[in-house]
Amino acid sequence: MNNARELQALYRETVLEHSRNPRNFQRLTPADRVVVGHNPLCGDKITLYLRLDNNRIENLAFEGTGCAISMASASIMTESVKHHDLDEAQHEIARIMHQFDSTNPDDATVEGDMAALGGVRAFPSRIKCATLAWKTLEAALQENTQTTTTEK
Amino acid sequence: MPAFNQKSEPVTDLDIDKLRRDFPILAQEINGHRLAFLDSAASSQRPQCVIDAVRHYYERDHANVHRGVHTLSHRATEAYEGAREKVRCFINAASTREIIFTRGTTEAINLLAASFGQSIKPGDEIVISHLEHHSNIVPWQMLCERIGATLKVAPINERGEIIMDEYLALLGPQTRLVAMSHVSNALGTINPVEQIIAAAKERNIPVLIDGAQAVPHQSVDVAALDCDFYAFSGHKMFGPTGIGVFYAREEWLERLPPYQGGGDMILAVSFSGTTYNDLPYKFEAGTPNIAGAIGLGAAIDYLLDIGMDRIQAHEAALLDYATREISTVDGIQLIGTAAHKAGVLSFNLDGIHPHDLGTVLDHQGVAIRTGHHCAMPVMEYFGIAGTARASLALYNCRQDIDQLIHGLQLAIGMFRS
Repeated sequence: MNNARELQALYRETVLEHSRNPRNFQRLTPADRVVVGHNPLCGDKITLYLRLDNNRIENLAFEGTGCAISMASASIMTESVKHHDLDEAQHEIARIMHQFDSTNPDDATVEGDMAALGGVRAFPSRIKCATLAWKTLEAALQENTQTTTTEK
Repeated sequence: MPAFNQKSEPVTDLDIDKLRRDFPILAQEINGHRLAFLDSAASSQRPQCVIDAVRHYYERDHANVHRGVHTLSHRATEAYEGAREKVRCFINAASTREIIFTRGTTEAINLLAASFGQSIKPGDEIVISHLEHHSNIVPWQMLCERIGATLKVAPINERGEIIMDEYLALLGPQTRLVAMSHVSNALGTINPVEQIIAAAKERNIPVLIDGAQAVPHQSVDVAALDCDFYAFSGHKMFGPTGIGVFYAREEWLERLPPYQGGGDMILAVSFSGTTYNDLPYKFEAGTPNIAGAIGLGAAIDYLLDIGMDRIQAHEAALLDYATREISTVDGIQLIGTAAHKAGVLSFNLDGIHPHDLGTVLDHQGVAIRTGHHCAMPVMEYFGIAGTARASLALYNCRQDIDQLIHGLQLAIGMFRS
């Protein structure tokens, strides 16, 4: 059963603030990689733009529409991997996916604004909202430019 | 939980409190709140009599139908065929030979697309509307792609109504079938099916009506409608899941080739050929959903006992109330404002995504649907990804609406600070 505290944990002020004022919310031109991520169940869609400098994410930005959780997650993601090496970003994706996996008992592995999204674990139907941006980033790192979906 | 004004019920003679007690699932709390179930357009709840009928069947009467000489097989067959007669009576079909049990509306439409589709030729046209559920789009799209036929789409206006002049203009010498919904699941628009059918009949074009959203809420008379085909689902009309009905005029069923092959749809099988069974069994291959049909029969008894006209009046009054109340919510945008509407409120709220709304409302015990409602072209027309949808059924009351409005206000407080 979800109680009021869990609802507050889902929509923490950090999450709401990011969803109202998403960071790096723009088209990036030119971009080295452009990948579209789609959640077919709810229609959330983001386009992720990456500019690379050798093995480093020099800049990234996104555009799209979605719920507060997916927008906040995308916003926080752009802040947390900007200027990171691709390997580090890959590692970050793995950590985040692990955090959102509600079957995993430890939930304190992620810090910073991303930790504010930890409340989503209590809402299995909303986890895909939180992972959309990260799956899209993963597709971009793998140079998979086909539309990626949360159903993969 | 918050206190609600106990406003008097709409002016109908239905005893809603008593009705609600027929549905055991409604008497529970969800997330600490009274359950306000406003998602019946997706799937309705079941009254105790339906649950009992299915249970009784499995406890006392189950065996395969149309086969054995033993007592249980006889009882099962009687109950299954009895349900078919209830369906016939419910929609005023001429004969039980015209009532085919399917898995639901989707299978009924696929049956027609597969069977009738065998007569479709390249260049032929099938006319649907922009309001259709995916289940009345995709089977026709698949058929048209396979054959090289063309799918024509009657457009809608900003209220979510089919533009009749444009529909009429689509009917031409190549039109082989019109397939339209009776009531839109996404917006609640009640389509003018009488005119849609009459215009097609004037041109000798057969018509399928997808009645999934109509049958639970108003009386349907296929003879008066004069349609060739009518499809609906049990689970949206308080019956079990996995059972539905495909009605077709007998002359069509005689001409159409079978849908699936197997047991029960044959009279004789040899390796040189098969003689198909009589109607309606020609279209019911394999052991059918016997319990589902019996449960559907019980649901029909339940609906007829209350009276479809009283149900329709209650829902219309409640829709009026809900529309008035929700219109007062700051930043509300109602999607679908047809002059003739069934009990569906599709809406968006400024600055709050439908899914966030759905989660907050769930916390208040309010169950609504969010998303595209399997009608993505409708969403595309309105330039939105989805809506929040509250849908009504006979067991809903003003308290459900008040709880919804209260939840919307809470969401506004959370998201719009």
